[in-house]
Amino acid sequence: MSAPYAKLPAWADYGLIPLINLTVAFIVAGLVVLLIGENPLRAAVILVDGAIGRGQAIAYTLYYATSFIFTGLAVAVAFHSSLFNIGGEGQAYVGGLGVALVCLAFDSVLPWWLTFPLAILGAALFGAAWALIPAYFQAKRGSHIVITTIMFNFIAASLMVYLLVEVLKPAGSQAPQTRTFLEGGQLPKLNWMLEAMGFAVRSAPLNVSFLLALVAAFLVWVLIWRTRLGYEIRMRGHSPKAARYAGVSEVRVIIVTMLISGALAGMMALNPVMGDQNRLQIDFVTGAGFVGIAVALMGRSHPAGIVPAAILFGMLYQGGAELAFEMPGISRDMIVIIQGLVILFAGALEHMFRPSLQALFASFSPRAVGAEAKQGESA
Amino acid sequence: MAEAAIELKGISKNFGSVRANRDIDLKIAPGTIHGIIGENGAGKSTLMSILYGFYQADRGEIFVNGERAVIHASNDAIARGIGMVHQHFMLVHNFTVLENVILGAEGEPLLKTSIAKARSELERLERDYGLEVDPDAVIEDLPVGLQQRVEILKALFRGADILILDEPTGVLTPAEAEHLFRILRQLKDEGKTIVLITHKLREIMAVTDNVSVMRQGALVATRKTEETTVEELAELMVGRRVLLRVEKGDAHPGDFVLSVKNLTVEDMRGVKMVDDVSLDVRAGEIVGIAGVAGNGQTELLETITGMRKAVSGTVTLDGAPVELTGEADPTDLRRRGMAHVPEDRHNMGLVLPFEENENAILGYHWQDKYVNGPFLDIEAIRRDAQEKIEKYDIRPTDARLKTANFSGGNQQKIVLAREMEQDPKVLIVGQPTRGVDVGAIEFIHKRLIDMRDQGKAVLLVSVELDEIRSLSDRILVMFAGRIVGERGPDATEGELGLLMAGVEEKEAAE
Ligand SMILES: Nc1ncnc2c1ncn2[C@@H]1O[C@H](COP(=O)(O)OP(=O)(O)OP(=O)(O)O)[C@@H](O)[C@H]1O
Ligand SMILES: [Mg+2]
Repeated sequence: MSAPYAKLPAWADYGLIPLINLTVAFIVAGLVVLLIGENPLRAAVILVDGAIGRGQAIAYTLYYATSFIFTGLAVAVAFHSSLFNIGGEGQAYVGGLGVALVCLAFDSVLPWWLTFPLAILGAALFGAAWALIPAYFQAKRGSHIVITTIMFNFIAASLMVYLLVEVLKPAGSQAPQTRTFLEGGQLPKLNWMLEAMGFAVRSAPLNVSFLLALVAAFLVWVLIWRTRLGYEIRMRGHSPKAARYAGVSEVRVIIVTMLISGALAGMMALNPVMGDQNRLQIDFVTGAGFVGIAVALMGRSHPAGIVPAAILFGMLYQGGAELAFEMPGISRDMIVIIQGLVILFAGALEHMFRPSLQALFASFSPRAVGAEAKQGESA
Repeated sequence: MAEAAIELKGISKNFGSVRANRDIDLKIAPGTIHGIIGENGAGKSTLMSILYGFYQADRGEIFVNGERAVIHASNDAIARGIGMVHQHFMLVHNFTVLENVILGAEGEPLLKTSIAKARSELERLERDYGLEVDPDAVIEDLPVGLQQRVEILKALFRGADILILDEPTGVLTPAEAEHLFRILRQLKDEGKTIVLITHKLREIMAVTDNVSVMRQGALVATRKTEETTVEELAELMVGRRVLLRVEKGDAHPGDFVLSVKNLTVEDMRGVKMVDDVSLDVRAGEIVGIAGVAGNGQTELLETITGMRKAVSGTVTLDGAPVELTGEADPTDLRRRGMAHVPEDRHNMGLVLPFEENENAILGYHWQDKYVNGPFLDIEAIRRDAQEKIEKYDIRPTDARLKTANFSGGNQQKIVLAREMEQDPKVLIVGQPTRGVDVGAIEFIHKRLIDMRDQGKAVLLVSVELDEIRSLSDRILVMFAGRIVGERGPDATEGELGLLMAGVEEKEAAE
């Protein structure tokens, strides 16, 4: 009971705090923009407009968000069991292999809506398999999952380069990538959805895996809060000792949690590989695995928080690209800095403003503030 | 009369709809020991937390030595000379005593100089108050009694004149508690003011000058200790007469349900924690294991309940062996009718961040009545939890409240309700009434006797000799991992005390 934190009302907890964090992130980013001699207000306008100003922009934003929802969910599921899966990047990469193999095998014989479920399975299986070894070492040997999953990101990168260059590349081609999938290996776009709402979309990669991501978010909620397995996952997450007392096998929970986490990360590959590029190419994950960590942190590991957080990061990606294009003074690297600041304030420093806000609330209306659980016996 | 050391005026505090403190007026005279008693959830800890700056009162004022004090955080309290010893110590386990004492109060940029200063100050405190403890000992190597002394030293080191102790004796052996009281009296003689929260009325009678009684958030009475009795206090607390001694008929022991043979258990370093222990528990009897904490009772319970490996020996439950070598399965044991109330309810028996109803099925969440295939049957779970809340008088009566927000005694009842309502063949109970109020103790003891009379086998471990003596049909005494003697329920306290201290059987009999 060392932290005398009073609890905030839900609206402040889930609305105000993220808002403050974001605002601070943008103020600091604005200062950086100012520092390199550009107008931060104009930059902000370009960024927002570039992210949601036109139908085209919205479609791109949602396309990026799709990937982040998957990787964010992956991190969140593991979080609930107090496992820090940093390997989303590698799991998604290897998941792409699963997608590609299914597409290469069936794109000429099956329509997309039959290839899709198989590809989902392939992505999930390969992603899960890539999480299995770190999970096994954590469960049986206590090797820290953070270390092993990071290592597996590197192994995945090397493995995929090898496979693409030596095995999957069509003979005679120069580029380290598979052949382009046929119609049966391509996911339909969702641009009609935005058009139905009155937005004009020229061509954008937003595809049906966005809907799959939303379904996955709902299923993760069901898993964590409505199933026996989710109950056991949370139990081990809060108190390994209580889990042991309750007869919940730690080994099993760790492995199953990581398999689910890996499967979700793997499914991220559906979006770029099958939904956009229609082939497997080098480095298609482009950091989405890591963004997933920030998304999960910001979304507080709850699907209802993860989806908006993923969309926010989608906006940053899309708007940032626009910004780099419009303002010559701002390079792609600057965008990465801005994204980094958001991650820093919204994710890593999530609790920075909490105590002062709580004190503020307490002094306004102490009664509005329940109090955070004391761990002490004498509670 | 001198200025009150502490005066509370009209303190009120609500948690949502729970009125934890209502309009409390309290004066604590300087240089006295003031006891505060009350049922579980009466609001004692809340009141002290307000005084110590953990919570803010919704209304009311605090005066320290006659001066109005605004206490927003513990630092404000410390600055006013108020110190608090929490029941769950807040010490850094791998730091030494000295390092813990100065933590947060280093006062110098260089650690070396502040440590040197602190060492001499610590020596003075130890000398003045009889608080001996080796300043260079590492906390985790110290028994709880000494860890508590470190907490007291910490408060004194920060210049506390007013010391609050919240249920300090819950984890202490009788001898350690006795020593603590000597220290408290000495502190009082030095002019310090002490506020003592406890559920043990005997302790109130033994050390306090005044005692205040809280009930359902209100302060209902303050008495001079010498002018009151245990019976009156109990009645003031609960609002009705309380049976301070359990009534029970004779036991009618039946078949052997639980047999432990030559059980030996080692800890990670290979030290024997349980040494060649054999015991039997029959249906319809309560076997009590007495002993000073840390003599292998915890390990014994954990091994029997499948949470720890044994080196050798056997355990039989209802005629069939219990797996002791590999991965024993607590779920399997539960299926076979073994229920377990663990000693450590906070880390083991409960998941504090869970809702109450989620804890009400902990360990039994696989049962058909709680699941639909892979899904939890949330409706059934909540309904079931609500029934237990009513039956065991758990307060507040909200099955969806976070477990950590229940008071200590009510948390204990959550565990007991869960385990007892499983209709087990054998019930293994560790410290069933730790931190529980007299009314609840009466209730829990009655339930345990009921269980016995229904033909359950009960194995009870407790460091409370009174509890062991009033509940058990047979008493085993454990010392240094061994069972060093068996007595009937009529054994005297002195006799058991000697056995518990490791005095050999023959000597004790003389
Ligand atoms: N942080 C909190 N949030 C909500 N309710 C709380 C919180 N802390 C305490 N309560 C409630 O306030 C009431 C008083 O609790 P408190 O811990 O002060 O009781 P107590 O007298 O110390 O009991 P015990 O003897 O069991 O320790 C209880 O009903 C408890 O459930
Ligand atoms: Mg209390």
